[in-house]
Amino acid sequence: MTPEAFEWEKPLAELERRIAELRSFSEEKGIDLSGEIATLEERAVALRQEIYRNLTPWQRVQIARHPRRPTALDYISRICDDFIELHGDRTFRDDPAVVGGIGLLDGIPVTIIGTQKGRDTKENLARNFGLPHPEGFRKAMRLARQAEKFGRPVVTLIDIVGAYPGIEAEERGQGLVIAESIRTFSVLRTPVVCAITGEAGSGGALAIGVGDRVLMMEYAWHSVISPEGCASILWKDAGRAPEAAAALRLTAEECLRLGVVDEILPEPPGGAHRDPDKAAAVLKEALVRHIAELLPIPPDELVRQRQERYRHHRSRPHWQMPPGPASAPAATGE
Amino acid sequence: MPGESRHSEGGFFNNLFRSRPRYVTVQPRSAPVEAPAAGEPSLTAVPVRRDERGRPVYGREVPDGLWTKCEACGQILYTKELAKNLYVCYRCQAHQRISARERLNQILDQGLEEEFDADLVGGDPLQFPEYQEKLRQAREKTQLVEAVVCGRGRIEDEPVCVGVLDFAFMGGSMGWAVGEKVARLFDRATAASLPVIIFSSGGGGARMQEGVVSLMQMATTTQAIARFSAAGGLYIAVLTDPTMGGIYASFGSLGDVILAEPGARIGFTGPRVIEQTIRQKLPAGFQTAEFLLKNGMVDAVVDRREMRRFLARLLRLHRKRGEWCDSRSIRVGEAPR
Ligand SMILES: [Zn+2]
Repeated sequence: MTPEAFEWEKPLAELERRIAELRSFSEEKGIDLSGEIATLEERAVALRQEIYRNLTPWQRVQIARHPRRPTALDYISRICDDFIELHGDRTFRDDPAVVGGIGLLDGIPVTIIGTQKGRDTKENLARNFGLPHPEGFRKAMRLARQAEKFGRPVVTLIDIVGAYPGIEAEERGQGLVIAESIRTFSVLRTPVVCAITGEAGSGGALAIGVGDRVLMMEYAWHSVISPEGCASILWKDAGRAPEAAAALRLTAEECLRLGVVDEILPEPPGGAHRDPDKAAAVLKEALVRHIAELLPIPPDELVRQRQERYRHHRSRPHWQMPPGPASAPAATGE
Repeated sequence: MPGESRHSEGGFFNNLFRSRPRYVTVQPRSAPVEAPAAGEPSLTAVPVRRDERGRPVYGREVPDGLWTKCEACGQILYTKELAKNLYVCYRCQAHQRISARERLNQILDQGLEEEFDADLVGGDPLQFPEYQEKLRQAREKTQLVEAVVCGRGRIEDEPVCVGVLDFAFMGGSMGWAVGEKVARLFDRATAASLPVIIFSSGGGGARMQEGVVSLMQMATTTQAIARFSAAGGLYIAVLTDPTMGGIYASFGSLGDVILAEPGARIGFTGPRVIEQTIRQKLPAGFQTAEFLLKNGMVDAVVDRREMRRFLARLLRLHRKRGEWCDSRSIRVGEAPR
């Protein structure tokens, strides 16, 4: 079963259909068409490469939003040998837009926290389309501190357009909780590896996106605002989102160039939804590798390096930054 | 950093209220601001103006025009009277937006005694359409180099490090330079053991034109506050109209004490986006300072005409244990950490 194709994939889908036709025809009639089939298959490979090499930023955003793109729980079930989900922020309620718990990752106990989109309309309504309320971020903070206490590394899986924009969310301090979450992850005395698996927009993404390493899947996007939001603020026209997507430089490659992410995780041809197992295997390998690198670093040094990472992005092609005034020792508590 | 080491080393808080040095020693900046790499567009075109004593001049003089209209009640106000009332409408008490310069003049004893990083500018990391032109216009309009002015001064003789955002400069939004200036303000204050006060008024918060780079400034500023706080520093956040988005969701929210001006709009998501999402009108008073006070998100709503006095009282109430023990001849015990 091929998942529903995007508009720009139509020529490829058409080619694949013809190959399948030829194949069944040759089997039915017992005629050898292997030469023709091989030629077409070669063309399909070339066409696929051509299409995915030249994707526009907006097309990448579409892939990141594909309804069948693997969610946090899809990845967790594939990368963990064991996983126990833990619920609630201990203050208000359990936010279904954020999932978290403890899992075994290649033998290493880790706390995994992710934003959770639904896989269909019903689930999306229950999950609030993966848009957390303040209690969701509070749950994330609680689980992160719990991991710190037991010396477990923390993995965050990020797929979020932004924090939920609603009346109750504001009443309960959406902005304040995001700030507190950024602070919590900034001073956490245990390794934190963040993986942007889909969308990563605004402070909502950063609330669980501050870590020692930030990894980004090939077709994920990461920016200060969604392309639609940017277009409607800047040009009063959300329809110009494709333009905004290009202007915001939100692709994995650009984020790597800007020093905001450390590694791009390649996706299966056509996107993670075409082969979730393969996408999960790539994710798992990278997570384990980075955690193994971070585990030997003493907590004080870890926190210092993490804060240094944000202050002095490793690649700053557009400006040079002078060292600031006498740098204070890294904060290690709150 | 354990508390006693600060005391034994005669940390600043110890002698702050005893010897009252005329000037506070602040770590000098060691490195000059480097120009952007060759081939990159330079945004350093704005020379810092200085007065006859060599101090940087930030912002314009008091606004022009004999009359000012109050946006809240529609009353036409005599600008001179309005200025005397600290730009609070003398009919309806609405607090008008004021420039960074005006704010510093209102709050500090003698304005800024030293401005920090006056010439620090960022780049155009995304080569964003029209960004450089917008920056140029903002600089021309406000006579500021960037959207925040940082430095140190005194409030009723109490020395403080202070930062003020100016809404007139691209909505007081935070790009790389604003984030870096705020982070350096906290780093300097940590080194000098001075309290920090920031007046945040930054419309949309993070500056869209710097994309993900401006988003990272939420982390940069937050981490500088975490270091400052771990060293025992006092940070007072004053939220003025408007404080939204990435600024509210970073240094705007992390004060030991959070104050707000009456009627100020404060929140994370802008009201238009919320209305579009939930498809209903927002209740009256939503996201105002008073709304936040009711919901437990700020400590106090303080009238602008009381602000200076209020801040001075707060600063004095935060004297370290050593100082007030001393004055009452109580043996100094170790302060809890
Ligand atoms: Zn009025």
